[in-house]
Amino acid sequence: MIINQKKCVACGNCIPVCPMGAIYVDTGKNRAQINDDACVECGTCYRAMSTENLNPVLVRMVRKAARWFRFRFEPEPDVCPTGSFEMNDLEMPRLIRQIFSDPVVEHTSTGIKGRGTEEVKTNDVNLRVDTGEVGYTIEFGRPGVGVRFRDIQLMTRTLAKNGIKFEKKNPITLLMTDESRGDLPEDILNEKILSAIVEIRTTLEEVEKVLKLVHKVNLQIDTVIAIGISTRCDTNGEDNLLAPLLENLGYPFSRAKTNMGLGRITNKIEVKDNMKSTL
Amino acid sequence: MTNTLHRYGLAQSFRDDYIIFAIPSRGINDEGCIPKLKEFLRICIKHDPANIGNGNRGSLAPEKNLGPAAHWERKDSYEWEEVIEGVEKPGTVSAVFTSEESAAACFRDIVAADLGLSVNISTSVENAKQVGKSCGINRHSVEYALALNDPHDHLPNSQILALSTMCGHGMVSFNMARKMMDMVREGRRTPEQAVATLTRFCPCGIYNPERARRLLEEARKEQK
Repeated sequence: MIINQKKCVACGNCIPVCPMGAIYVDTGKNRAQINDDACVECGTCYRAMSTENLNPVLVRMVRKAARWFRFRFEPEPDVCPTGSFEMNDLEMPRLIRQIFSDPVVEHTSTGIKGRGTEEVKTNDVNLRVDTGEVGYTIEFGRPGVGVRFRDIQLMTRTLAKNGIKFEKKNPITLLMTDESRGDLPEDILNEKILSAIVEIRTTLEEVEKVLKLVHKVNLQIDTVIAIGISTRCDTNGEDNLLAPLLENLGYPFSRAKTNMGLGRITNKIEVKDNMKSTL
Repeated sequence: MTNTLHRYGLAQSFRDDYIIFAIPSRGINDEGCIPKLKEFLRICIKHDPANIGNGNRGSLAPEKNLGPAAHWERKDSYEWEEVIEGVEKPGTVSAVFTSEESAAACFRDIVAADLGLSVNISTSVENAKQVGKSCGINRHSVEYALALNDPHDHLPNSQILALSTMCGHGMVSFNMARKMMDMVREGRRTPEQAVATLTRFCPCGIYNPERARRLLEEARKEQK
């Protein structure tokens, strides 16, 4: 992301807009700047701010006069008065920031926007997680903190070391250079992103171990982690296995994403026999 | 893409927060899904949603060619048709409802439409169960949101978190949520104006303006 220095009037409206707090006004230059190391290329400043496209020279003059009179500005808080933000072409490894941070950009590896995975949202047609199995979405960096791939790798290596398998159709898994070790490519390790989801699947018996492991590794990773934990309900639509287990283990939950089972296979594809029996 | 799972709040706080979304699966039911996704949204707008989205834009989007007068006359009307017409590629489409009645009525129509897409409801565990039951539908799968794990103390207070996490992709920054809450408390913006500002930041259209307005009103009342 770039702030066009010829257009910027240093109004500061964009400063609170940035989810990573990467924008500041350089008082010497009297222009807004982006801390490139902190910026995750999420595009919020460029995409979500409304713009006026006013003449920057005129705006600076008005602001200068108003400041002299100690007038308080009360502009719309989400408007860039001169449309100063510009999206620049990104190349790897920096491009990976945008892919993992900008929700309207498609993950090239899975073809899905956002965090790039269907999770259990399509479990009724994909059956990633069956009854008696447990799926996990371990999300790093969100809300509002961000994470570097080096820290994600610490988690994936720990999980791999403990014999835990990764979900195949997931952008982090697809990035791995060695899935058996949880290794990520060396050149992206220092890149910062807004968030990423590591997906794994285990048996019910392993839930306690995995959750403890995640919490333990989080102590070494300077970010926030949000865990989603899923299962398939029984034929009555009840979950009498995972929910009671979580309650017994002392993991509170109040919110859930519930797949209502309305999906059908409609593409003309050959369905494997073992898939037919489970759907 | 919607990422509605980790909205911050207790179950009671989701009493006016029901998100219903449809998603095609790649290679399974994505062929010819565009008319179905549009149909899904058309069903949703019959039931008075608070917001809808197509993964690229919500129903209250940023405006890119404002004139100076816009500071006094910002647009705050929700544009359903633009969102529906904007569905061009397979992806998630969603609608936000603020009551069990409207969510259940919408879900009933979705079931009847038999679109063949995966449909999810994101709200409290019990709310989703109730909506399913009222339509005679059993849940297929469920993903629970465990509490946010923040051992390094990065997160702000619960009011800011509740406002910010309604954009699950993190596009509503903590600082912006805090600024809007401060502006409402200082009487510099009405809750409605602050909500419109926050809603424009969520490109998926899953931000719940009604819940945000309630949270801002509650914060304003607290200081009295």
